[in-house]
Amino acid sequence: MKKILLIIQREYLTRVRKRSFVVMTVLGPLLMAATIIVPIYLATRTEETKKVAVLDESGIFYEKFKDSDNIRFHYLVSDLNSAKNNFRKSGDDALLYIPKPDVNLPSNAILYSESSVNINVISYVKNVMSKQLEEMKLQARLKEYITDKNQALPVDDIMRSVKTAVDINTLKIGEDGKESKSYTELNMVLGMFAGMLIYFFIFLFGAQVMRGVIEEKTSRIVEVIISSVKPFQLMMGKIIGVGLVGLTQFLLWVVLTFGIVTFVTGIMTGGDGKKPSTTQIVQQQKALSPASAEMIQKETEGGSGGMGNVMEALNSVNFPVMIGSFIFFFLVGYLMYAALFAAIGGAVDSESDTQQFMFPITIPLILSIVMAQFIIRDPNGPVSFWFSIFPLTSPVTMMIRIPFGVPYYQVALSMVLLILGFLGTTWLAAKIYRTGILMYGKKVSYRELWKWVRYR
Amino acid sequence: MDIFSAKDVTKQYANHKALDKVSIHVPENSIFGLLGPNGAGKTTLIRIINQIIAPDEGELRFMDRPLAHDDIAMIGYLPEERGLYKKMTVGDQAIYLAQLKGLTRQEAVKRLKYWFEKFEIMAWWGRKVEELSKGMQQKVQFLVTIIHEPRLLIFDEPFSGFDPINTNLLKEEILSLKEKGATIIFSTHNMASVEELCDEIALINRSRVILDGTVRNIKKTFKTNTFEVSFNTYEGMLQPVLPPDFEVLSESRDTDHRHASIKLPAGATPNDLLHAIMPLVTVYAVRELIPSMNDIFIQAVTQKSTQPATQN
Repeated sequence: MKKILLIIQREYLTRVRKRSFVVMTVLGPLLMAATIIVPIYLATRTEETKKVAVLDESGIFYEKFKDSDNIRFHYLVSDLNSAKNNFRKSGDDALLYIPKPDVNLPSNAILYSESSVNINVISYVKNVMSKQLEEMKLQARLKEYITDKNQALPVDDIMRSVKTAVDINTLKIGEDGKESKSYTELNMVLGMFAGMLIYFFIFLFGAQVMRGVIEEKTSRIVEVIISSVKPFQLMMGKIIGVGLVGLTQFLLWVVLTFGIVTFVTGIMTGGDGKKPSTTQIVQQQKALSPASAEMIQKETEGGSGGMGNVMEALNSVNFPVMIGSFIFFFLVGYLMYAALFAAIGGAVDSESDTQQFMFPITIPLILSIVMAQFIIRDPNGPVSFWFSIFPLTSPVTMMIRIPFGVPYYQVALSMVLLILGFLGTTWLAAKIYRTGILMYGKKVSYRELWKWVRYR
Repeated sequence: MDIFSAKDVTKQYANHKALDKVSIHVPENSIFGLLGPNGAGKTTLIRIINQIIAPDEGELRFMDRPLAHDDIAMIGYLPEERGLYKKMTVGDQAIYLAQLKGLTRQEAVKRLKYWFEKFEIMAWWGRKVEELSKGMQQKVQFLVTIIHEPRLLIFDEPFSGFDPINTNLLKEEILSLKEKGATIIFSTHNMASVEELCDEIALINRSRVILDGTVRNIKKTFKTNTFEVSFNTYEGMLQPVLPPDFEVLSESRDTDHRHASIKLPAGATPNDLLHAIMPLVTVYAVRELIPSMNDIFIQAVTQKSTQPATQN
């Protein structure tokens, strides 16, 4: 155990001290910050005003949608079909349809549009609707208590009970008037982002593990080391060490990117009246009724200031589950693939020989990215299910699915299978690695690898 | 007492048997030569001793008990295929490798400083390995092999890549390690160094031990009762005067004398030889031709009969 820590330490320190690590750590956040800031900047400069028609069958949102800087609302009195038919001629950008609820209050709405709907519009509508609903519920609850003046007001309890999540479906109205779902929801962006992140992490740092193994093999130091430690310890030490390097880099990226973005957007808002999206949301919320504005204030006070507003927009996502499973799939997925990369490194003599063995490993990874579009369209279909259960594809696919809501048993099943997959690949990799690192100058075939696996 | 012994060790790979019932005994505080042509199975055996690979069958004993994993802290191994991390500094690397053998950091630094001073390589401490020449790297490798003061040292072709001066330095170091109580297993193709250093040898050919024992005894058995005589007369003069079972193997001459190698029959002594030739020639020198390890190696390996000629 002490030896494996020594190996981890060496793998970690030698990599973190490299110049390329420092360069990547600085360049990464700059690039990422730029990809965040530039669109915001452009959007605030050339944002055109969106016109949204509201068809409210429930009748409780009449005149509740206040115009904001770049969203104008007007109200229709019509039925859905004729509204949709007239939509193209009307010059509106979107049609918000709030159906009449069967019982209770409405909690969902449909946003029709010709092209994809701006996320700003969606989050604004969502905000207004949930504030309105919460306000109504709050009034109803308060009335119950007001009749009995002696009873203490359970404020926390009330606040919790009125909290309302609004579900907004976005549908596209095509040229032919037909509807198809559009996918600009934050869920999708979030899922894709998490999936891509895992994909890149596995590729980037899995390849580093492989290169590290090849380096030890070509420099011929490996035999010296495995006369002191077991090959398995060396392999796991390397995998964990490189993984920690990845985590370090990743954390630095997140912190630095966040820092740069807040800094730059701060300058942008302070400098000249151009408004980036975060301040937009705040202003939009200020335009709401004073009571709800107060409530937002209260809610965000506990959170981290401006972040609270973004969180508000992401209300529908279950964040504890999202973050928890991201960390899990991120780490275990990496461990599973890194073992395979280590096995390849052990089996070959130089990096140019890795091609034939890389193929079967990269296929499931690439496939899960290629399938992402399909999975987003049908996040709970059988294909999505199987892809998110099978260990080699589950880290990426499951992360894409989770923002859309996945039954817990499926997540649990996928996690258990992933752990089994990790144990399986590690066992297999250890066998190949152990024999491979002592073989020089030999072109290895799959048959040969299979023989190695069966050695005692 | 044997510090290490292997009994009937067999290792089967998919296509061939690397070791076939190999048994060796390495006496404590000796230098043991592990010899054999390329591909005979020496490296496999060495890797088994280092527990890098496991044998299929057979028993391994270290200091009178079965070889256990923790014993690697008492074994030092310098493989034939050896190297260092190119991008690491010499000092960091030496400390790391010493720590892997179980030394604490402080102890490793202390001992390394001593050895670096002794080998006069202190100036390399902070340099990266890729800046060193191959010979310099070999020195560092040798140091990290012995830094944890192991009871058993295994050197696989230790002299390859060294110049004659450093070879000598290394030989002296090996001998002084033995003096301090270590046992050394030594695998090489350099037969001269075997004669110089080894107390015992085992010769492996085609996965089997075909010859083992002390160097003295092996040489004794390979003696053929052949003598070289330096004399002064004409060519072809000797054979006629010799008894019929005395055989002249070769004759040669230099500026001063004529030399002949004469194989005597069993039981005959150099006195019998002198007796026969003294009336005819002037004898300047007589010496017994003892086979070199090189001759023995070639003879043992090329003997077609695979019957192991073991003796002890």
